[in-house]
Amino acid sequence: MEPDYKVIEDTLIVYPPQELDHHTAFAVKQYSEEIIRKGMIRNIIFDFSNTTFMDSSGVGMIMGRYRLIQEKSGYIGVRGVSAAIHRILELSGLYKLVKVCE
Amino acid sequence: MEIQEMVMEFDSSSSNESFARVAVAAFAARLDPTMEEITDIKTAVSEAVTNCIIHGYESTEGKIRVECKIQNDELFITVMDRGCGITDLEKAMEPLYTSKPELERSGMGFAFMEAFMDELKVSSMPMAGTIVQMRKKIAKKPEMV
Ligand SMILES: Nc1ncnc2c1ncn2[C@@H]1O[C@H](COP(=O)(O)OP(=O)(O)O)[C@@H](O)[C@H]1O
Ligand SMILES: [Mg+2]
Repeated sequence: MEPDYKVIEDTLIVYPPQELDHHTAFAVKQYSEEIIRKGMIRNIIFDFSNTTFMDSSGVGMIMGRYRLIQEKSGYIGVRGVSAAIHRILELSGLYKLVKVCE
Repeated sequence: MEIQEMVMEFDSSSSNESFARVAVAAFAARLDPTMEEITDIKTAVSEAVTNCIIHGYESTEGKIRVECKIQNDELFITVMDRGCGITDLEKAMEPLYTSKPELERSGMGFAFMEAFMDELKVSSMPMAGTIVQMRKKIAKKPEMV
């Protein structure tokens, strides 16, 4: 099983839960906020390898982290994106804000 | 013409979001949808139900009613709350508009419902509640040879 997150230098790698909705997005927001507040995180990579479902609550959560990271001139990355998650990222326009890192 | 129906009512708790979309997807399974169509249905239901919880009842207790109907090769879904209702429906339906930016809403809920279903109708009355009606045609798969 993957951990919830991993820190590599100034990059926080987040492994969102299998289903990223309003119910689960809050926990992701909370722990990433905590780590960002403590450390010298500049970038966040969302690794969706284990995530099969995401709705607009996940989009809102990513946008929230984007605002934070922008202040530090970092970037938001995504990887492990399935066809379902890809459609959500595309429709919401998130690909304009995040970069794909495989 | 065959009609099949399903009705459920549950509490406006966020833990019911996954329950609702899985239940509707299971009901829709008899139309033999593709994986992509199942995800479309789950996303649309998730958006409508989440809206009842966050906006309709503003995170207080209430009941959410979901009615589903299959008629021929079409799936009809109605999601209802008796919450605060929507005063400016036109504005609410605009992509990226949210009345709760402080809760990290993206304002993409209605846009996703529209994109993933064939038809979306919303009726709402301030102080009375909101009704979201959606329709999706599930294409018949060619017979295996
Ligand atoms: N069931 C509802 N009851 C009251 N207001 C609603 C309801 N559903 C949607 N709204 C209003 O419509 C707006 C847009 O909804 P949506 O597109 O899902 O975006 P979001 O949920 O991210 O705010 C909401 O911000 C809210 O003001
Ligand atoms: Mg919404």
